Amino acid sequence: MPKVIENVGCPYCGCSCDDVRVTVSDDGKKVLEVENVCAIGTEIFKHGSSDHRIRSPRLRQPDGSMKDITYDEAIEWVAQHLYKAKKPLMYGFGSTNCEGQAAAARVMETAGGMLDNCATICHGPSFLAIFDNGYPTCTLGEVKNRADVIVYWGSNPAHAHPRHMSRYSIFPRGFFTGKGQKKRTIIVIDPRYTDTANVADYHLQIKQGHDYELFDAFRMVVIGHGKDLPDEVAGIKKEKILEVAEIMANARFGTTFFGMGLTHSDGRNHNIDIAISLTRDLNKVAKWTIMAMRGHYNIAGPGVVWSWTFGFPYCLDLTKKDHAHMNPGETSSVDMAMRDEVDMFINIGTDAGAHFPIPAVKQLKKHPWVTIDPSINMASEISDLHIPVCICGVDVGGIVYRMDNVPIQFRKVIDNQGLLDDETLLNRIADRLDELNAQGA
Amino acid sequence: MSEIIIKNGYIFDPISGIKGDKADISIKDGKITDKVSSKAEVIDASGRTVMAGGVDIHTHIVGPKVNLGREMRPEDKLFRGSFRGGILKQGKHMEMGFSIPSTWKTGYSYARMGYTYANEAAMPPLMAPHVHEEIRDTPIIDISAMPVFGNNWFCFEYIKNKEIENNAAYVAWLLNATKGFGIKIVNPGGTEAWAWGDNCVTINDPVPFFDITPAEIVKGLIETNEYLGLPHSIHLHGNNLGNPGCYETTLDTLKLAEGYKPKNKFGREQVLHNTHIQFHSYKGDSWGTFESGAREVMDYVNSNKNITVDIGAVTLDETTTMTADGPFEYHLNQLNHIKWANVDVELETGSGIVPYIYDKNIKVCGIQWAIGLEIALFAKDLMRVFLTTDHPNAGPFTRYPRVIKWLMSQKAREATLDTMKYKDKVIAASHIASMDKELGLYEIAMMTRAGPAKALGLSSMYGSLAKGADANIAIYDLDPTNIPSDPELIEAAFQNTAYTLKEGVVVVKDKQIVAEPHKYTIWTKVNMPENAQVMHDVKEKFTKNYTVNLENYAVFDEHVHNPRAIEVEVA
Amino acid sequence: MTGKKLNMITQRAVEEGIAMEIGKTSREYFDACNIIEMNELDMKELGIMKNTNVRVTSESGQVIVKAVVARQTVYPGLCHIRQGVWANQVVPPRTQSTGAPQYSGFPVTVEPAPNEKLKTALQLVQGAVGLWKGE
Ligand code: SF4
Ligand SMILES: [Zn+2]
Repeated sequence: MPKVIENVGCPYCGCSCDDVRVTVSDDGKKVLEVENVCAIGTEIFKHGSSDHRIRSPRLRQPDGSMKDITYDEAIEWVAQHLYKAKKPLMYGFGSTNCEGQAAAARVMETAGGMLDNCATICHGPSFLAIFDNGYPTCTLGEVKNRADVIVYWGSNPAHAHPRHMSRYSIFPRGFFTGKGQKKRTIIVIDPRYTDTANVADYHLQIKQGHDYELFDAFRMVVIGHGKDLPDEVAGIKKEKILEVAEIMANARFGTTFFGMGLTHSDGRNHNIDIAISLTRDLNKVAKWTIMAMRGHYNIAGPGVVWSWTFGFPYCLDLTKKDHAHMNPGETSSVDMAMRDEVDMFINIGTDAGAHFPIPAVKQLKKHPWVTIDPSINMASEISDLHIPVCICGVDVGGIVYRMDNVPIQFRKVIDNQGLLDDETLLNRIADRLDELNAQGA
Repeated sequence: MSEIIIKNGYIFDPISGIKGDKADISIKDGKITDKVSSKAEVIDASGRTVMAGGVDIHTHIVGPKVNLGREMRPEDKLFRGSFRGGILKQGKHMEMGFSIPSTWKTGYSYARMGYTYANEAAMPPLMAPHVHEEIRDTPIIDISAMPVFGNNWFCFEYIKNKEIENNAAYVAWLLNATKGFGIKIVNPGGTEAWAWGDNCVTINDPVPFFDITPAEIVKGLIETNEYLGLPHSIHLHGNNLGNPGCYETTLDTLKLAEGYKPKNKFGREQVLHNTHIQFHSYKGDSWGTFESGAREVMDYVNSNKNITVDIGAVTLDETTTMTADGPFEYHLNQLNHIKWANVDVELETGSGIVPYIYDKNIKVCGIQWAIGLEIALFAKDLMRVFLTTDHPNAGPFTRYPRVIKWLMSQKAREATLDTMKYKDKVIAASHIASMDKELGLYEIAMMTRAGPAKALGLSSMYGSLAKGADANIAIYDLDPTNIPSDPELIEAAFQNTAYTLKEGVVVVKDKQIVAEPHKYTIWTKVNMPENAQVMHDVKEKFTKNYTVNLENYAVFDEHVHNPRAIEVEVA
Repeated sequence: MTGKKLNMITQRAVEEGIAMEIGKTSREYFDACNIIEMNELDMKELGIMKNTNVRVTSESGQVIVKAVVARQTVYPGLCHIRQGVWANQVVPPRTQSTGAPQYSGFPVTVEPAPNEKLKTALQLVQGAVGLWKGE
């Protein structure tokens, strides 16, 4: 008899939906059906029980081919290389549960290396802005229950967070928002006419890379200098700016969701910094909150876990052994790669091979490269060692942090069939490193 | 298991009434006992002070807002490793952070000060799994966490409808779901109002849309607490915190407890614990006329036995303020304009974070410092007045030894006053300069272990050296027969113990962490029949208003680490 | 051949998300990510026919992708490649000292290359590090 498991978490985007229904086969090994999930989520669960899944670590041979090895051999290989390396880098964690992220912290503290997560290339600039300016935010339920004005700025949930608008922002009927979309004003600010812009009341087609100026214009209006605006700012007409600023200032409860359109463009952290300043200004006249549209279902996780472990969310330099150091630009993965500073690379729960600019990939590939990931991806296909692991939410449970930093408890839906989970694997590597360190001492 | 005997120390144990007598303490299987065999390991405590492990009744050490504070303040990590008096690695993990230390540093630092128990003062229920993850990574000390109820929509509705029984069933359910310890209230009604940018600054300001007042919320929750007979009383951070003139709101709030009697089997005698009362004891009508209201507030506290307080002493450091009092943090930020974080939490609570510098060259900071100490010095019964800094709000908990120094030494207080730019104005607006009272070690033991343990309803397990209690013990390098005339030496003795024992295991020896044994998560398990109405209401709210499914809300067992349940029966 | 300086952005697309979960070596990923979305006017000006291949060159590399008219419209002068392997052949690794590369808002030259072949993801990445064994 197939089993139905409810309240399952989806391990894909930062919405971290926890209402998925999964039907699994009698033997607990196959996912048969997935409901309540968007198209992307479906694929994750299908992939999790596919016959093509790699179930054994693979080590690259001198002729370039990959050969299956045991987990024990793989753990020994990683520990020995970490022990020898002077400045190893472990990077990723877009799809690792918090237990795994905590174990990774232990490994890199023991090894004395660099530890970084995908935020470094996504919302890292948002961290920089938060360091400078704080973060007036809320949980997604506050948006659902209260928000009457919603801004999506440089973010395109229709594509990157498929259920964001229906679960949390535009469409749901909450406690004070019983009329749902009818009573909400949606503003989309994006250089493209995106599918999100398509459902908005206002689309401001901003000139790419000029977000800072438009934020500045809104700040001028909110603090009472709207008259002094030039006729056009960042490609948007003065009248439009005044009209939209008026809506923001009159919100009962407003939220700005911002995405990589801001963090990846010129200005980087400065765009977020001024977005936060605008939020602060708006709180003098209305109630406003702001939230980063974090990409992956647990990419908020490493920032949370490492903040309580080391005090810093990313770009960690643990080579000094008795204290941690963080300095993005110096200790960030892509920058270190471009300066060829690291002498070993562990890609975990992500695909740097596909998502780093190719010059950075080439630099990292000069040194031993390990990929710890459930899937075959670009990183695995150029590594010296690929160690497959469980998929959080599919064959291992664990805590993950949604984009609003709300912890969600994920469930395991199918049997792990011999695969190790990240936490177990990493703790075994750390145990072995402890032994090597003890022998060395 | 092993046996230990601590020989020849001077014992200060208010729970057993021992006031500095020289005696031995025997330990067997992690508990205090009355005798051990000759094989017992001997710890020599001669010439030293021996107390039960410290109990912190109110501190913010684990959870979402503490951690957002860590995340947004890289500059708080300036003291690290060998830099600026940072700590070199002693335990399994490096120690980072000053006002909001990493979980590892938190556990190690408490242990080094001889503390073995800390009560996390604000857990947003929705974020409970986060709190428990951090508890897992906080070494050595036992931790309990109190969920916040003062802005909870369920409580609003039950209390408004005078359904105390239903409210009690809901509280019991939530304590179980979050593995929480007791009822915390922060700015009742005011934080819900803040979700609209508003506040409740008196106990009679109605909460927008909910048709209830802070006074009704507080009374309703006292009744709920005593209906259930929880180990601890309600734990209250009242309205109007931190504003000039707020002491009047504080007196109004304290009076809400009049007529209520404690009902519990734990030896607890209060029905209301008012936390960090320093922040609630301000007179004057502006920052210009700001002055101490400590006497007025303590006169009331001294004469009402059903109230306990903790002091929330200002330590004159750069620190990080953080509270579920969202509107307070916003207003604080309007004063200092440093960075500001805020997190409103659906249906339950909110919070704010603002870095703050208690600068001895600012008059108001000097007066705040005076008020915190005055509270303790005015107190008639130190079993009802506890030492805290509302960590990290008035200063980091690692400054408790400094607060102890100030309380034990008028000379130390004068020395600090002398460093203040507006010393005369501070003296004029406070009582501190005229107070020559100096507390003794027995009184310090009341304020730091016996009293808080009793108020938490845990004095049979913690804060005590009586037979049967957990063998949590602090041995300080301080000879009570020869207290050093240099107050700095008092501070140093309390900063790092000669020994700290946790459940009979030596965890600190000669100021260094030497072991990290297992530790507990303390929570309150209420055994009562399921309430169908409440379960129906819960289901409905989760379907309609929460963004997390009910089945994923309660903390899964595998995410609660070494739970130790305090059980309560309700018929 | 003539090219034109355009401003390139790379962003997420739902098709890319789905395909990535099917697998980065899959046909779906290939189809989802190796296209450049342009404004019709730019295509006309550059003599690029719909659904033909173009060469995109930036300060840090070049890549062959297929040109299409953007369904999520871009204004003239702006173009878009979905994030992923093809985009990252041309994304400059400079980070303005923040750690985050210049994924959006960098100058590229786009020119018709109808006779050039598209490469697979594996060919591009393994090729870049000397591991590609195919032709
Ligand atoms: S919106 Fe995101 S988390 Fe939700 S089902 Fe889709 S991919 Fe999964
Ligand atoms: Zn507090």
